[in-house]
Amino acid sequence: MELALFYYLLLGFAILMYVLLDGFDLGIGILYPWFREEADKDALMRSISHVWDGNETWLVFGGVILFGAFPAAYAGLTSALYAPIMLMLIGLIFRGVAFEYRFKSDTSKRWWNRAFAIGSMVAAFCQGLMLGVLIGGTPLHSDPSFSLLTPFTLFTGLAVMAGYALLACTYLVMKCRGERQQQAAHYGRRLVIAVMVAMAVVSLSTAVGSEQIWQRWFADGHFLWLWPLPLLSLLAARLLFRDLGRVKRHLSAGHLPRSRHEDRPFWLAVSIFALGFAGLLVSLFPAILPGKLDYLAAAAPTDSLQFMLPGVLIFVPLILAYTLWGYRIFAGKVEDFTEGY
Amino acid sequence: MELDTVMLSRVQFALTVTFHIIFPSITIGLATLIAIWEGLWLKTRNPQYLQLAKFWIKPFAITFGMGVVSGIVLSYEFGTNFSKFSELAGAVIGPLMAYEVLTAFFLEAGFLGIMLFGWQRVSARMHFFATCTVAVGTWISAFWIIAANSWMQTPTGHSIVDGKFVVESWFDVIFNPSMPYRLAHMLLASMLTAGLVVLATHAWYLKKQQHQAFGRKGLSFALWWLLLFAPLQAFVGDLHGLNVKEHQPVKLAAMEGIWPEREANVPLLLFAIPDQKTEQNHLEVGLPGLASLILTHSWDGELQGLKSVPADERPNVPLVFFSFRLMVGLGMLMIFVALWGWWLRRGDRLYQHRPFLQLCSLLAPTGVIAVIAGWYVVEIGRQPWIIYGLVKTAEVVSPLPASRVAFSLAMFVITYSLLFGVYLYFFRKLIKKGPPAPDSLQHHLIGVKANGYALALTKSLQAQPTATSSEQGAK
Repeated sequence: MELALFYYLLLGFAILMYVLLDGFDLGIGILYPWFREEADKDALMRSISHVWDGNETWLVFGGVILFGAFPAAYAGLTSALYAPIMLMLIGLIFRGVAFEYRFKSDTSKRWWNRAFAIGSMVAAFCQGLMLGVLIGGTPLHSDPSFSLLTPFTLFTGLAVMAGYALLACTYLVMKCRGERQQQAAHYGRRLVIAVMVAMAVVSLSTAVGSEQIWQRWFADGHFLWLWPLPLLSLLAARLLFRDLGRVKRHLSAGHLPRSRHEDRPFWLAVSIFALGFAGLLVSLFPAILPGKLDYLAAAAPTDSLQFMLPGVLIFVPLILAYTLWGYRIFAGKVEDFTEGY
Repeated sequence: MELDTVMLSRVQFALTVTFHIIFPSITIGLATLIAIWEGLWLKTRNPQYLQLAKFWIKPFAITFGMGVVSGIVLSYEFGTNFSKFSELAGAVIGPLMAYEVLTAFFLEAGFLGIMLFGWQRVSARMHFFATCTVAVGTWISAFWIIAANSWMQTPTGHSIVDGKFVVESWFDVIFNPSMPYRLAHMLLASMLTAGLVVLATHAWYLKKQQHQAFGRKGLSFALWWLLLFAPLQAFVGDLHGLNVKEHQPVKLAAMEGIWPEREANVPLLLFAIPDQKTEQNHLEVGLPGLASLILTHSWDGELQGLKSVPADERPNVPLVFFSFRLMVGLGMLMIFVALWGWWLRRGDRLYQHRPFLQLCSLLAPTGVIAVIAGWYVVEIGRQPWIIYGLVKTAEVVSPLPASRVAFSLAMFVITYSLLFGVYLYFFRKLIKKGPPAPDSLQHHLIGVKANGYALALTKSLQAQPTATSSEQGAK
């Protein structure tokens, strides 16, 4: 049934969009403690205050596509992942309201700094943990004594935090000037290495740990088709490392970095994420609840899928268009505008 | 009441949805008001309208933010806590939610950034367009959510295949019998809720003799708003009641406190204490025959009572009964204030009349309270059903250990209490700070001529020579 496949891919697209977009703004929360000055924290928050709401909407979109197109998977997944989902939501609440209240507070600013940083970290960690549960083949059931927290899911939780922080560094290199930009480039270089190591560890351990995933990548000459995925990620990481180095060098020599070196790191980081996500899809397809349910068995009746189709085909392009337009309106360095409302 | 997973899940959903509804019911109306003020400013160039829009956009922003974060919780709770419901009815409810996100949620989020932060980046007209888009987005959002909720109240257009709901006609699912009434009732309620918050604030300024001109403009506007919408709401509410009688007679019986299987000449109870054990009311105070007259248009019209169904198919009667009276009572108060204000306009007494200003300044939470009470009538009145007459709530709760739900419920109680306090604190702070001075608004005009843009331009001009010199240096 092609319609179900379409929604499976749409779900993947929604998750990827969410990870990329909310990735950089959760990442800014994760980086928050490392930017000490209040002025830095102001600038960091102002660089995303106009987009965080739209970015988070992709999470809701992913949720409702799962709900509408694959109700059985939505029911099974969300109730099995009860604790991390609830923690993630609480984290998102605290970091979300911090945007509004931090700028309006005089005395409680440091509490909002904490709410923003800790909330972002908790949300990112829970997302990484859920990723670990899904790819690590942890059996899903709701036995109370059973914990989703294993060394592997702990590792993926931290890895996703590092990945989001990397996205945030490259976003800040694009949106900031001067010392802030240099600091972001500096952290970015370290994070590229960490993220690549984490990706390698996770990829290898899942491939070795699961016969099915091993077969998918290495049986019947599949790897002849799949080798560009890891190779291109390595290449992107290499370029990213070099670009960030150039930004750093230019800045320490007292020059302004060239604009292509400022913008390219973000897109390179995005491509590392996209390639990693493609790899994930290769490993998991056609499962929607790994080890339990594939997308065909979970799909809603054709009628429901058809009903959503015009909405998706008309509105998703429209949403992409006005989201892009919104980003263009707020293009430029955050230091150049004194915005408020 | 046993605290098992079923009860804990229901309490958690009730808490999270009650907390959430506070914010959208304010923002739907407030976005509409801000759009109207901004439009009036563009049309008349009267700076007072810009002042109104720019002042209220701040409370709007914090309210909207609260609505966003508390709303995300709900979109996951259907699955986390009511997984069997999601599985049974996902094919019906899920697509409606998907349309909500596609047509409304993204729209609001996409244009909110421009509405809040874009004053210096886009032209005045474009800014107005963004504000209108946000307002329309909130209405569309209400449309889909109300459609989904109403289908659970009065399900039509579906069939059941292998125990799961399958849609026969999407038109019948969306425009189910109670949907048009509920949508109109909710949108009007939002207009009133926001109007009352505005009314109370401006009355408070006048009472304190601060920001007089600003206070008068807002008070007058809010009173016209109330005069338009409060009586209209009573009319729509009455139609909605007739619709409940038609489709959910047991809910109506709980609202009116009717126990006998069928009763003619039903009194309109002003007060009573419904007793679920003995199946009767205590301390009844009623107007004879009036409920029959309102609901059947005849003094001796018959209404179906609670005893027509077994006790385990009745909702919690006192909760529904008192919530309904609270909502109607507050609605009457709103109409009274609107009429009193209208009357005081003669002879210019409106802005000096202290008892009136005092009363108005206390009305801020009444809209929110009425909305919550109204939703309690709707939702508690539907129990024990989750999909009216077809699926019971207790049957579809996720099989989670009670301790896990208790833990998340405790987290929500703590988080939401804290955040509600914070929200009120900042709301009060914004109100106390008062409106932006008209001269500062002149500086802060919309579009390319404003400060920020000029600043950016100078910086980019300053930056260019440095860039070229460094390039030359590199060569």
